[in-house]
Amino acid sequence: MTVDLSQFIPSFLEESFEGLELMESGLLNLQEGDSELIHSIFRAAHSIKGGAGTFGFENVTDFTHLVETLLDEMRDGRREITSEDTEILLESVDCIRLLIEAARDGEEYDNEKIEQTSKRLTATLDGKNHSKEACDNTEEVVKSPNDLEYLIHFVPELSLAKTGNDPIFLFTALAELGVLTIEADSSSLPALNDIDPLELYLSWQLKLISSASIDDIKEIFEWVEDECELDIIIVDADNLASSSTVQDLEQSSNEQVKEVKETQGVEVSSNSETSNQSEVTKESNAGIKPKAKSDVGSIRVGVDKVDSLINLVGELVITQSMLSELGSDFDMSKVDRLTNGLEQLLQNTKELQESVMRIRMLPISFAFNRFPRLVHDLANKTGKDMELVIKGEQTELDKTVMEQIGDPLVHLIRNAVDHGIESSEVRLANGKPKQGVISLDAYHQGGNIVIEISDDGGGIDRENVFSKAVEKGLVDANATLTDSQVFDLLFEPGFSTAAEVTDISGRGVGMDVVKRNIQALGGRIQVDSTPGEGSTFKVNLPLTLAILDGQLVKVGTETYIIPLISIVESLQIEKEYLNRVSGDMDLYRLRDDNVPILPIYQLFNINSQCTDLDNALLVVVESDGQKVGLMVDDLLAQQQVVIKSLKDNYQQVLGISGATILGDGSVAMILDIPGMIQMALEKAQRIQLKKYPNHTDKVGEYI
Amino acid sequence: MNIQAMANEIPSEGEHSIEGIDFITSGDQYLTFTLSHEQYAVDILCVEEIRSWERPTIIPNSPTYIQGVINMRGVIVPIIDLRLKFSIGEASYTETTVVIVLTYQDDVASRTMGFVVDAVSDVLNVESEEIKPAPQFGGCVPPQYIEGLINAEANVVTLLNVANLQLLEKDDNHA
Amino acid sequence: MTKVLVVDDSNSIRDMVSFTLKSAGYQTVEAKDGQEGLSKAQGDSFDLVISDVNMPNMDGIALCTELRKLANFKFTPILMLTTESSTDMKMRGKAAGATGWLVKPFNPEKLLATIKRVVR
Repeated sequence: MTVDLSQFIPSFLEESFEGLELMESGLLNLQEGDSELIHSIFRAAHSIKGGAGTFGFENVTDFTHLVETLLDEMRDGRREITSEDTEILLESVDCIRLLIEAARDGEEYDNEKIEQTSKRLTATLDGKNHSKEACDNTEEVVKSPNDLEYLIHFVPELSLAKTGNDPIFLFTALAELGVLTIEADSSSLPALNDIDPLELYLSWQLKLISSASIDDIKEIFEWVEDECELDIIIVDADNLASSSTVQDLEQSSNEQVKEVKETQGVEVSSNSETSNQSEVTKESNAGIKPKAKSDVGSIRVGVDKVDSLINLVGELVITQSMLSELGSDFDMSKVDRLTNGLEQLLQNTKELQESVMRIRMLPISFAFNRFPRLVHDLANKTGKDMELVIKGEQTELDKTVMEQIGDPLVHLIRNAVDHGIESSEVRLANGKPKQGVISLDAYHQGGNIVIEISDDGGGIDRENVFSKAVEKGLVDANATLTDSQVFDLLFEPGFSTAAEVTDISGRGVGMDVVKRNIQALGGRIQVDSTPGEGSTFKVNLPLTLAILDGQLVKVGTETYIIPLISIVESLQIEKEYLNRVSGDMDLYRLRDDNVPILPIYQLFNINSQCTDLDNALLVVVESDGQKVGLMVDDLLAQQQVVIKSLKDNYQQVLGISGATILGDGSVAMILDIPGMIQMALEKAQRIQLKKYPNHTDKVGEYI
Repeated sequence: MNIQAMANEIPSEGEHSIEGIDFITSGDQYLTFTLSHEQYAVDILCVEEIRSWERPTIIPNSPTYIQGVINMRGVIVPIIDLRLKFSIGEASYTETTVVIVLTYQDDVASRTMGFVVDAVSDVLNVESEEIKPAPQFGGCVPPQYIEGLINAEANVVTLLNVANLQLLEKDDNHA
Repeated sequence: MTKVLVVDDSNSIRDMVSFTLKSAGYQTVEAKDGQEGLSKAQGDSFDLVISDVNMPNMDGIALCTELRKLANFKFTPILMLTTESSTDMKMRGKAAGATGWLVKPFNPEKLLATIKRVVR
């Protein structure tokens, strides 16, 4: 029978990755004597090995076998748990992950790394004891493939049946190998009164004519070999019969088998088929080949979430039938019931929406899990002493956001290790604890999730950052900036340079990339730092990419949506705070800031009646630390909107991040604040260029 | 019964009769429409639906012939005024102004766009050999949009290439 | 119908064993560890138990020992799934009353062939 195993592979892969994560976090916390932990690490390795073998990933099995052996020695207390071993094991976890990923994607992998680690593992194992492999492979292919006659004397112990074994099955298995004659010996059967029904009093004399090897026969008795007397004798081993003589053999079954046709040399016979062995090889060849699978992406959803969905849909159906019944003969006396029904419908829809969104939500621990290992490795590499404290790992986040926030977080953590935490000597000299602390926290705030990465290191040197920015020409040397404006310079493209690139935080990506990635997710990042006490990077992200909290505004005939996350405040322009600089740019004084005014109707070239700045409505938004005031005709409601892509049937539009469908069925554009600021900058530059074509310096950099 | 509803009801194969007009559908079918006084046609299999004109939502800084986007059953569909794109006639919006929504699907993706025309006129059955190549000179319509010409009685119908029609020009984003 | 209790903490292996058995006409009950296996075994009877050795909560060896204490399971064949070909593990299995073992990796054919050695 054939069973298609490939259907179980995705589940195996998922399980393996979970197992690897468990191994990794276990290894990071492993202490001598923590037997429960080492057992669970061992179990994880063991499961991966078992599954990999079953599903045909032999390289995974082979490699994991080494890991398992090492873990087994630790588990049994035959080996001390040293940090070197833990390191090798951690590296092995990476290797196994690499192998499994390669198997999943059907791709090549870094064989050198695998081999190196595998050598180190073997060396480690050899250091303590000899591996079992040596003897495993010595069992060469057995010689006598042609039919032989075996005499088997089988005397089971009285208790054989108590392990669930039954001689009948053994004999059936033997009969499959060839021609079997069975003779039972009931001589030791006690008198009827003395018989214990749970015990086995018989013994057997068996004769088997088969091409199977003696090992095949022994294998059948494998499960009972310690509970019986077993003698297997090959009758007349020198006499080999050719395979065509089955009938002859049957006729002469009581006699010694005579040579019928030509005699084949023993050594040649390894070519001829032995049913059993050829089958075994066939099976292993036919093992499932790892298929290249495109990653469709799946989510494991708790049954409770699905159940709540089903409940909600149930309620929705009830509301719907109530409403349609109401609609079938409606008169004004039922208007109250209609209003109630609609109210209920609204409630149902809202709950349903929330529940559906919740399906995409995963605890952020999925993203955080890799960080203990990262910090551990970085601590080793830098020689700094530090620990990672994780909080709020149960905070839920949309799967897509989660997948895309991983890399920026890695960078921020690297940055904290590299530039944040000081060396132990410096820390002690400054009266701080020797061990530095990096903490990672996640929590919900409003409709957003906030992730904080903080360190208790030296903090950011304000002057240093400022002078470096001046040096790079990012800021004017005479500019007066607030602390947060200075820290924001860290995210400027071109701030970090080759001179300070280290192995850890400088891998060709700078903080500007981090910021860009976070913005691409509709989020923002802020830094706060106190000299001598440390820094905190605060990442603010929307819970999901599918839904957005927005402020609806009117410009001309059009309705636009401004993401609430970027809004600082909305106000009505008071004339006395208006300033016009350099001819074209209107600035609005908002406390200490001078906020440039961007009239949306100008930026988007649409007709509007409200073109007078005086008393106009201004929505002050912020992106990249840059505040701008978007001038609108009117402020409408705030509501959640479902984001639809413009790219599906059209293309990306400058200043627009997407569209949504409003309650009346019309389409409204969602504003892309960073994009709009960019547009305004370019527009200002074009105007400047027209006015002063020879003046090529970038203008408007700091509007 | 108006022409739009009629066009919607014509099956793509077989014989069919609506209001006494016989549609014998043997060869390929093309939906014809007018831009000013000129006749154009598109492959009927690409026609998603024919809608009456409604004011779309403006796409900021798009070329004038891109009128904006509409909501078609939850899908955001851009609307292109063919009269403006090809500079034929005047872009007036009256009760007979219609939008032909075309979906073109290739191996990678499918794209849906609406095209504003003056009126939908007929369904033509055309054998492939009846489609003649267009002359290389003249005309408002750039050659990449033209699949060929069809003679329908006294008229010449320009058959448009839906795939190319849906391609946006590079500068479509900047007016 | 032959009824088999399949105990393994790995979903994929458990699914695979169970699927293979079902497609060969066996009826299966699944459990994710020894504890669950034992509670499913209590008050029910099975023609065969297939269990992993290394599992959280209660491992296969302990499960075997516990099962043998139940009247219904005195002679029920119990097969252990193990990746360990060491005799040590096999002996511990036998001592606990296991009927036999099946060394991983195995494929569906081998699984079914092995099962035929303990159940009809």
